[in-house]
Amino acid sequence: MHEFGITENIVNIAVNKADEAKASKVMQINLVIGEMSGFVPDCIQFYFDSLSKDTIAQGAMLHFEVVPAQLRCRNCSTIFQPRDTLWSCPKCRSQSVEISKGRELYIESMEVE
Amino acid sequence: MKKIEVIQNILEVNENIARRNQQLLDGHNVFAINIMSSPGAGKTSLIQQTLTRLKGRLNIAVIEGDVASTVDAEKVQIDAKAVVQINTRNMPENCSLMAAMMESALKDIPLDDIDLLLIENVGNLICPSEFTLGEHKRVVISSLPEGDDKPIKYPLIFIDANAVIINKMDLLPYVDFDINAFRHSVAGLNPEAEIFELSCKTGEGIEGWYSWILAQVESNATKQ
Repeated sequence: MHEFGITENIVNIAVNKADEAKASKVMQINLVIGEMSGFVPDCIQFYFDSLSKDTIAQGAMLHFEVVPAQLRCRNCSTIFQPRDTLWSCPKCRSQSVEISKGRELYIESMEVE
Repeated sequence: MKKIEVIQNILEVNENIARRNQQLLDGHNVFAINIMSSPGAGKTSLIQQTLTRLKGRLNIAVIEGDVASTVDAEKVQIDAKAVVQINTRNMPENCSLMAAMMESALKDIPLDDIDLLLIENVGNLICPSEFTLGEHKRVVISSLPEGDDKPIKYPLIFIDANAVIINKMDLLPYVDFDINAFRHSVAGLNPEAEIFELSCKTGEGIEGWYSWILAQVESNATKQ
């Protein structure tokens, strides 16, 4: 439910970057979003459709590349994907872990005309 | 059709304002703590206790974030140097404070007259973890009736916390809360976090918490 503000940012960034590239229309915005970031793609799309009205980004498709969560064991440095809510290292069973991937939230590229 | 590279962090706008907020606070030698928890875990009680205990030692201002009402602001205003209530009800997002809301609240706080700013975030364990405000430290409160599994269910907020408070320790005989399991989960996610067991109601364990604040404020002051 906190996607409104970040969607505003997405529209602003897209419009500015398209202007810089002297484009007249944004066709697609490619976003990278970490599985662990608390943002919901469907919700971003919902806000985007209304926030982009009357801008050159109106009607643009949002494409989301979701980055799966990846953890690193602080004890033995094993990189692994969490399989359940209990985050323990599959190798040494340690529960001391850090997130190495999955908190991303950025615009990777855009397709413009 | 052509493709243009962007690579731009979407949260950057919030982070830039947060950085400005922190510079403003540093310029006035004010230390800020962002207090986060689910609704009812004891954010306001902790602030009330902190105000009472540190009265005469630190001048404290409070920012109260709530969806609606001023009940919390009224509770804390007796001992605070200044209280600013932010109601998020009419804002596009109401589940968390954001750096821009803090920026406008800071205009109503006499920064030269205070040493410490306590920010009570909106009761929520998800949204506040994504938005920094410009605080120096982040604190999460978990209370016994919520259960000991909160770090497992909401890891992000615990990963970014500098201190974790286990509140309502006076209820330990009545609820099934495994303190060791909770501590173990927090330490796994965030070995650096300080953990305090206390009860805002009885005052048990509160010294550890306010000593930590005093030490933080002091070490921040020497840094400047």
